[in-house]
This record gives sequence, C-alpha cells and structure tokens, in this order.
Amino acid sequence: MKPFWFGPGPVSNAGVLIRLGAIGAVMLSVAGAFAYTGGWLSPVRLTQDRMLAAFQEANGTHAGFRRNHAKGVCVTGWFESSGQAAALSKAAVFKPGRVPVVGRFALAGGMPFQTDAPATVRSMALRFLPPSGEEWRTGMNNIPVFVVNSARGFYEQLLASSPDPVTGKPDPARMKMFLAAHPETVRALALIKQRQVTSGFANSTFNGLNAFRFVDAAGASTLVRWSTVPVQSVATDSAEPSAAGNKNYLFDDLIAKIAQHPQQWRLIVTIGHASDPTNDATLPWPASRRQIDAGTVTIDQASSEDSGRCAAVNYDPLVLPSGIEPSDDPLLSARSAVYARSFTLRAEEAHEKPPSAVTAQELQAGGKS
Amino acid sequence: MTTKARFPAASRLLHWIMAPMIVAMLFIGVGMAASVSARYDLLVSIHRPLGIAIFVLCVIRIVNRFINPPPELPDTVPSLQRFAAKASHIVLYALMFIMPLVGWGMLSAARYPIVLYGPLRLPPILPHDLTLYAWLRDLHTDLAYLLFATFLAHFGAALFHGLIRRDGVFGSMASWRIDRNPSRSRLSRAA
Repeated sequence: MKPFWFGPGPVSNAGVLIRLGAIGAVMLSVAGAFAYTGGWLSPVRLTQDRMLAAFQEANGTHAGFRRNHAKGVCVTGWFESSGQAAALSKAAVFKPGRVPVVGRFALAGGMPFQTDAPATVRSMALRFLPPSGEEWRTGMNNIPVFVVNSARGFYEQLLASSPDPVTGKPDPARMKMFLAAHPETVRALALIKQRQVTSGFANSTFNGLNAFRFVDAAGASTLVRWSTVPVQSVATDSAEPSAAGNKNYLFDDLIAKIAQHPQQWRLIVTIGHASDPTNDATLPWPASRRQIDAGTVTIDQASSEDSGRCAAVNYDPLVLPSGIEPSDDPLLSARSAVYARSFTLRAEEAHEKPPSAVTAQELQAGGKS
Repeated sequence: MTTKARFPAASRLLHWIMAPMIVAMLFIGVGMAASVSARYDLLVSIHRPLGIAIFVLCVIRIVNRFINPPPELPDTVPSLQRFAAKASHIVLYALMFIMPLVGWGMLSAARYPIVLYGPLRLPPILPHDLTLYAWLRDLHTDLAYLLFATFLAHFGAALFHGLIRRDGVFGSMASWRIDRNPSRSRLSRAA
C-alpha cells in the first residue's frame, strides 16, 4: 500500500504549503550534506585547499611550480632488478630484468629559487615503467625519519614556520609552541640532525620514510620500508661551494657527475617485524632489521624540468603496482591527496610558469651556471 | 487527470540501480577532493571503478531508452514544466555519459594509472599534457556541480509530482507494484 502522502487526489491549500515545506526541507538537507562532505561547513577541518593555503603562507606564490620540493631537475635511466625482492612481491618491476626509470632530484621546500645548502633536505623521486603498465612511483628523502606523523602535524608545522607579516621572518615563539605540542617532531629532528650530510645528491642515501606492504603471488604480505643507497663513494659536505656563491652547486655537481659517468644507487628493502611502527613515519625501525638488495637504479641522463620527462608527472606515493600496497600510515593518503592538489594547481598555472632555477642552458653547459 | 502509464520494468531497474550509484559518486567526489585524511585513498579507489560502472550502465540505459520509450507526461502538466522535464532529462543523460569520460580523460592526460581493481587498469585515452589535464580537471568539477544541481532539481520535481500534483508521474518510476502480470495481480488480490 502506498503511504498516505503519496496517495491520489487533490491536496488542500494548507496541505500544499506543508508539503512544499517538506520538499524544501528534504532539498536543503541533501544540499547541506553535500556541502558538509565538501568541507564548506567545517572551518577547522583540514582540507586540501587549507593545506595548500598553508604552503602558500609559508613559501609565497610561485606559479607553475610544485608546492613542495619545488626546485629540481629531471633525470632518466633504468632499474636493473636483482630478482631478490620477487619472492616477497609479485610486482613485475621486481622480476629479474631492466625497467626504464624517469626520476627527479629536488630540494625540500616550496621555494623554487632557493640557494642550495647542505642542511636542506634532498629528495629523489622515481617512476618505474615496466612494460606491463603497472608503474610504481616513489619519493624519498635524505633523512632517516620524517618530521611529522600526521597531516595535521604537517599543516601546523607549515604555519609555525611561515614568515611573520611584520618581521618577514618565522616567529620563533610559534615554532616553540608547535614543538611543545609535537614531541614526536622533537625526537625526529634530533635523529635528522645526527645524519651524515654528504657532498651532493650523487652520494646521498634517500629513504622512503613511509611503510608499505609487499604482497607475493600467494597473497602473503610483508611490512617494508625502502631506500636508495649510493654506489658512489660517500664524502661529507664541506659547504664550501655554497659559500663560493653558486646558488645551484648541488644540482650542478649532480649534472656534471651524470655527464661524466652514470650514477647508481642500490634499492634496499628493509623487512619490518610485526611490532615495528607502520603508522608513524617519525619512528625509525631497529637497525638490525633484515635488508634485501632489490636491484640497482642507474641514472645516465639529466635534463631541465622545463624540457624533462618528469615535469608533467606527479610523484604520488600511492601510484603502486599490484604487489605493493600502502600501510596504515596516514601520511600516505595525505601525501597522495596534497600532491594531487598541488599537481592540479601547477597544471592550471603552467602557462605563467617562469623557467626553473636549473635551466636547459645550464644543463647544456654541463652543470655550469 | 492522472496517468496510469509506468516506465517499463527494465527502465525502472536501471534507474534505481544507477540513482544510488550516481548520488554516492557525487558525495565521494566532493569528499575526496577536500580530504587529506586516511579515507582519501579508499574514496579514490572506489571513485574510479564506480565511475566506469556508471558509464557502462549509462550506455545500456541509452540503448534501453530507444527500445523501451518512457511514458508520456500527463496532459495536465503545463508546457513550461514539460520543457523543463525534457531538458533536465537530456542534461542528466549527457552528464551521466560524459562525466566518466572526462574523468578517464583527465587521468589519461595526467598519466595517472587508471586502476579499476588490483592489476586491472584502463589504457589512457588522451596524450600526456598538463594543460589538457588542467582543463579537464576543472571541467570535471564544474560538471559535477551541474550534475548535483540537476539531480536536486530532478529529485525536487519528483517529490513535487508525488506530494502536490499527485498526477501519477512519481509512481510511474517510483512504484514497485507489479500490475502487468495478471497471475501475480490475482495472487496479490487473493492474499
């Protein structure tokens, strides 16, 4: 039987008003639920737009550039898998053989024209392109752990390090307050400070920081973190080239080294125990964990971002082949979401983007700016 | 005057399968575009295959509309409302068809893998081009708002027919009464 309200026949004038009101209430509820889902009714909820606004507050506006790791160069090469990781992951990239790689070296931070400096975090992003089409993208940093363990922590850190509108410099009191509220960041910064800062990109170790799971053909999963460890000999950064006034000394050194000889890193996979933290990138895993040499990344070509193959690529950490799955680390979703928004913004601004700091001419000159 | 004509069963089935899918899609879309939470990955991994499923069903639905034409609106519906009904249905069909293609196209232009499930991926349908991506990405959002507005208008009009005009238009899609099969009718009367 139909409900009375939907029955046939005319409705009285008062009934029409009540019914119009009911329809209006239903419409408003649906529209309100939509607006709520979109974050428009929750001024304190951390959304993609608010995170990107914090990047702008911290770094200013740099149309057409990535919102973080803004200064970089494109590289290409290949990954030669040793086959050793194939027992843990069914991903095609780990089967013995060669896979083309499109990568990017960069400096952390949203300033695309910042001066190279030893303490600035360096990053290596890689895109593995096996013929099956199941590609794998990863971004790694030359720090042992990440500075925050949540999207909210990252947001608050950005705001705390933003320049004060009056002084033009970050307010130390704000940073102090941030650190007081985030003991995990204090612990992580202590570990980061202890790291060995090498003389350049080519002899830096880059760590994936977030945990993932390798899944084998039978469906068994293994907790992992991964790193790229340089084959090149390690020397400590003296910071002298920086003092000599070459703003791009780290990039120029990398370009010159690649031009001389292909540069190589081993892809080292660290196997976690069930007790190891997977949802907190500020915590290191014990040094005793078993490691697998999954293969060697060889980089034999560098090019400016303005013409390079990495420019139109978002190194989204959740672009994974089947055989690699995300862990419960909340930073993975947060990074994926924020990278996607940053990618869209710079795509929208592509027509107004000035040339990158490391120009095509600099590349042609073999890294002499 | 009321109409007794109803939408054919296949049309009602398609409508009621797709309606919750499309509404869910709109909410997932607006939610994931705002989210930086741990839910983001899950929402995106539902959004992609759900969009493709809507596209496939939409193609079936367009074919079905030619095989099984919808009933005429009752004569009592004024011509302006008649026009609005026709126009809004054209907009709904066009958006159901084009939204998944814009989504697929924009992921292609950005060279994101178009993962449906596990190793199952769709090939790119457009060249790798940042400017093309930016244009399609904005279009995807704009069309989503248009689709949500059209859905609201459609839902509101359906309730208006059902609660105020009470002219049978609401029941022509919303009623599940089985009256075409005489044996079933007799059965239900006997019960």
